[in-house]
Amino acid sequence: MNPWALGGVALIAVGTFGLAAWGSRGARTTSDFLLARRMVGVERNAAAIAGEYLSAASFLGIAGLLLKDGIEALWYPIGYTAGYLALILFVAAPLRRSGAYTLPDFAQVRLDSSRVRTLSTVLVVLIGWLYLVPQLQAAGVTLSTVTGISYAGGIAMVAIVVLAGVLSGGMRVVTLVQAFQYGVKLFAIAVPVFVLFFVFLGHDSQHRRGLDAPMPPVFERATTVRIETDVRLRVTEAVWVEVLSGPGPERVSGPAEQPPGRSGATVYLAPGMHAVSADSELRFPAGSAVPAVADAEPNNRSWLLPQDGDSYELFETYSLLMSTFLGTMGLPHVLVRFYTNPTGWSARRTTLVVLGLLGLFYLFPTVLGVLSRFYVPQLLVTGKTDAAVLLLPTEMLGGWPGELVGAITAAGAFAAFLSTSSGLVMSVAGVLFTDLLPGRLSNFRLVALGSCILPAALAVIAIGRDISQSVGLAFAMAASTFFPLLVLGIWWRGLTAVGAMSGLVVGGGLVLLAVLTGAFLGDGYGWWSAVLLQPAAFTVPLAFLVTVLVSKLTAGGVPEATGRVMLRMHTPDRLGFTRDRSADHHAAERSTTAENPGRSNGRHRLRRGRRRR
Amino acid sequence: MTSSRASAAQQRPPRRKRVVLANRRGERQVPRTIIELEDQSTMGEAMVRGLVRAQLRTALLLAGISVVVLGALPALLRWVPAISRIQLWAIPLPWIVLGVLPFPFILLIGYIATREAERHEREFTELVDR
Repeated sequence: MNPWALGGVALIAVGTFGLAAWGSRGARTTSDFLLARRMVGVERNAAAIAGEYLSAASFLGIAGLLLKDGIEALWYPIGYTAGYLALILFVAAPLRRSGAYTLPDFAQVRLDSSRVRTLSTVLVVLIGWLYLVPQLQAAGVTLSTVTGISYAGGIAMVAIVVLAGVLSGGMRVVTLVQAFQYGVKLFAIAVPVFVLFFVFLGHDSQHRRGLDAPMPPVFERATTVRIETDVRLRVTEAVWVEVLSGPGPERVSGPAEQPPGRSGATVYLAPGMHAVSADSELRFPAGSAVPAVADAEPNNRSWLLPQDGDSYELFETYSLLMSTFLGTMGLPHVLVRFYTNPTGWSARRTTLVVLGLLGLFYLFPTVLGVLSRFYVPQLLVTGKTDAAVLLLPTEMLGGWPGELVGAITAAGAFAAFLSTSSGLVMSVAGVLFTDLLPGRLSNFRLVALGSCILPAALAVIAIGRDISQSVGLAFAMAASTFFPLLVLGIWWRGLTAVGAMSGLVVGGGLVLLAVLTGAFLGDGYGWWSAVLLQPAAFTVPLAFLVTVLVSKLTAGGVPEATGRVMLRMHTPDRLGFTRDRSADHHAAERSTTAENPGRSNGRHRLRRGRRRR
Repeated sequence: MTSSRASAAQQRPPRRKRVVLANRRGERQVPRTIIELEDQSTMGEAMVRGLVRAQLRTALLLAGISVVVLGALPALLRWVPAISRIQLWAIPLPWIVLGVLPFPFILLIGYIATREAERHEREFTELVDR
């Protein structure tokens, strides 16, 4: 337990709420909000997008995955950034000019089909939850690591804070808050990197030799490891280990054990696989080799350099790149932010700045990931590598400096899941409110409550994978469904409602199948588990192809307004073809006060529905 | 939305009204071309198609370049182990190639994309204003 860290977390919560309250002082009505956002500059809006996007998967997950997988994990930040390149190239400006506020809106505007709209709504909710569950799991890990409360308690705490923010309405509407969160995260990762890196250079000589040797990492000093969930350890170099409590390790495979002598509770781990049950406490002597969980790189050389390993690993890399490159455009909390730009031109510029901000941020987790291989190898035993960033400062520095730097990283992690989770809850609740329970504000509160509590419950019961990997499934889902809808919808006149529908069903269905099968079968190795974990390389092209083929077959069903929508999406802003909902309905909004942007959505939908009848 | 526009096309006065609406947004003189575009005439349609095609060509070209460059890296690092033996400031080259270089590269492509897209739009605007 680190009292400084608790203080840091509290500071972020108070700061966020304070800023939200201060920023939304004068902007209580939707129309105020609509006007205010027209004055939001490109830089601040970009910082807000980056602030909302940099989740726990970026702040904690990348370093954790680096500790485990080594150089292969560097593809995650590359993919997370490249997604915005796809947004600049294909989506940003036209989507902004289409006037659609959410993905279901876009489906409605472009295809004029309420069925595609409904299906898009379901998918947005699904993607939102796939993304939200790992965020909350990381929150549970973080809070239980830094404050000592239970895992479920940590999840509940974050869910309450997020819910309070969303329900008070101030959290999401204020661009300033999200921009502030980017600043917090950049600070909270950059400062520890500089401090810890210089500490590392100070006692560099004793480490330099270790990294490119084909040996496992070693414990610098005698270390007690508490194992909370069942793990399978791969021992490559025999170690002696003292079992302090619990059942202790059991040999699964490997050469028959030849204990050269046994004293008390000390066990000899011969090379091979060993299973350790939950609630075991093991003590490794100083200088002993670190046994690693089965899916981690056991020796430093294969960790450091790209290996000529199994071909499915290469498939995983490509599939990951594809899902992140094409999936970012389908994430609900990302797209909503694009509407905050006044014009298509500024949407494009904003995305460009986002690329810069993300690139800057992603330089830092790499350094922490490498350092954690030296200083917190015990995480390789427990498998909880996502905690690397949190534990590194206290392990490296010790005393109050360690706790202070640790408080900074804890605060950054808290900011990471606070901003992403509230963005997700807000956009999922907004979409559900618009399409499921439109009307009164109390309905919105109900929906928001549901869309926060359900994922929180899932997070408590579900088995935690590494956060970056589970987030990867949300990306795969987004890429397999909304990438064909958005890109074909924006660039191809031949898209029909039936075609889009088939693509969504095929892409979404296949990814869902992969997720469920993967959850059922558990983690394995080889081609099957690679495909189930990273299904994008199959599902994305398939969904795209199905969309195109079915659209060609139903060419008569091309919506009449296609030409007009294309004109609106692609002509430059100053020609004035963009039809903005905010402009259309500004007068209607002015008479009523609303506390959130989702409300304007519902109103719009109601009006449209009435007209159709 | 669509229905109000359709009726506007049938009756003359409401359409004038819409032009006034454009005025409010800072459009002073409405060139003929705008009306052509608005009416989806053959010429207006062709202009939009041309713009979309030009934008798409640039986008696909730049996407292709980035996919080829980034996509070649995993295969290259895997099958050309010589790269892994090179060190810069005691850091193995693959870590620099994957940990640092992709970000400026992606930013550069994004910058070119923005510039080109804006150029296409400028040309289109000039075409309309003429």
